[in-house]
Amino acid sequence: MKTNKQKLTIAVTGLNAIDSPGPGVAVIRGLLEAESFDCRIIGLAYESLEPGIYMHDLIEKTYHIPYPSAGTEALYSRLMQIHEKEKLDVVIPNFDAELYSFIKLSDKLKEHGIHSFLPTMEQFEARQKINLPEFGKKYNIHVPRSKAIYTTNEIHSLEQDYNWPLVIKGKYYDASLAYNNDQAKTAFNKISAKWGLPIIVQEFIHGTEYNVTGLGDGLGNTIAAVPMRKQYITDKGKAWGGITITDQKALDLTAHFLKATKWRGAFELELMKNKAGEYYLLEINPRIPAWIYLAVGVGQNIPEALTRLAMGWPTEAFKHYEAGKMFIRYAWDMIVDLSEFQQISTHGEL
Amino acid sequence: MKIRNNIAVSDNGFVFNPASGESFTVNQVGLDILNMLRKGEKQEAIVQELSEKYQADTAVIERDLLDFEAMVKQYHLHQNED
Repeated sequence: MKTNKQKLTIAVTGLNAIDSPGPGVAVIRGLLEAESFDCRIIGLAYESLEPGIYMHDLIEKTYHIPYPSAGTEALYSRLMQIHEKEKLDVVIPNFDAELYSFIKLSDKLKEHGIHSFLPTMEQFEARQKINLPEFGKKYNIHVPRSKAIYTTNEIHSLEQDYNWPLVIKGKYYDASLAYNNDQAKTAFNKISAKWGLPIIVQEFIHGTEYNVTGLGDGLGNTIAAVPMRKQYITDKGKAWGGITITDQKALDLTAHFLKATKWRGAFELELMKNKAGEYYLLEINPRIPAWIYLAVGVGQNIPEALTRLAMGWPTEAFKHYEAGKMFIRYAWDMIVDLSEFQQISTHGEL
Repeated sequence: MKIRNNIAVSDNGFVFNPASGESFTVNQVGLDILNMLRKGEKQEAIVQELSEKYQADTAVIERDLLDFEAMVKQYHLHQNED
C-alpha cells in the first residue's frame, strides 16, 4: 500500500441505513479506516430521511441527487454543481438502480477529475437476472433454471418443466417463494406493480445460502474475496448477522467468475449450496453489499482497495482474511433537530 | 472416524466449522468424545475410557457413541475416509 498519505474527497451514495440497508454507511466506515490515504466524505442522498445524512461524525456534508428516473443528464448536472463546491476525487455509487447512470457517466466524470471503478456496461447487463441463464452457460457456472415471463398465464405452462416451489423475482429487487399457482400469481402481481415486467420465475434450490463479496481489477485478477454465511435473516431476506467462513469451493467459484468475466469493481455473489455440495449462483450484485464492514473487520478493506483502483494507484491483492468472525447489525435512534431535516429538505444539502 | 482438522473445539464445548459457518454446543461427554476422535482413538478405546470415567455400562456407551458419530457425519464434521 502507498505510504505518503493523500487526502481524497469521496462521494458515497446508499446512506439509507434502514431495515433493508444501503451499503453507504458501511462503505464510509471502511474508507475512514483506510491506512493508505486520508479522506473526507460527501454523502449523496435521494431522500431526506436517509439516516447517514445525520451522521456528522462520518459524513462531512450531504447533497440531494435526482432519482435515476430523472435521467443521466440531470444526475450529471447535479454532480457538477456538487463538484464545483467540493472538488470530488472519487464517487462510489452503491445502488443497483443508479449504476446504469454512473457507468454511463464515468468517462465524462473522469474528465473532470471524478474517478470511479465500476463494471463495464456489458458486464452490468450480462449479469442482470433476466440474462443469468445465458451468463451461466457462457462462463460454465451452475445457475438455477429460470424464465422471464410477462403474463400470469405463463405460470401455468411452467408446471411442465419446473417443480414447486418456485421463486418469483422482480427485475431489480424483491423475491417471493410460491408453493402453488395462486401464490405465484399474487407474487407476480405484487412485484410487477412495483418493479415492472418481466418477472423472473426461478427454480428453487434447496440448501444453505452463502454470500461472497469481493473486488476484481478488470483484468481477471481477484483483489479481494470474503465469503460469509448469513446467521440471522430479516423478513426482507437481509442478513442481520453473519460469519466469515473458509469454504474453498466458494472462493474457487469467485476466482473463476472474476477470471472468466474480467469483472471490474466490487460485487456480491449470492450462492446456494445444495446437499450434494454443489454451488449455484443465484444472483450477482454489481456493487458493494451492505455487510461490507465485515470484510473490513477481517482484514480486507474493500472500499479502500476500490478507491485505490479508481485513482489508478497500484493495488495489491489481499491474501488473507480471518474466518469465524461475525457481524451483528443493530438499530440506533439518533436525535435530530428539525432544523437539520428542514435544511436538507428545502436546500438539498446539509 | 476422524474429525476434520479445521474444526475448532473450545474447552467449554463450543464447536465451530469454519467451512460452513455452523456452530454447535456439546456437553462434557460430547466434548470427551470429540477430543478422543480428534486424537484418532478407536471406538473400543473411547467406549472403554468413557465407561471408566462415567461408570456406565459399555453397551449403553457404545450405543450413545454410535448416535453421536451419526450426528457428527450428518453435520459434516468428519473427515471422508477416501
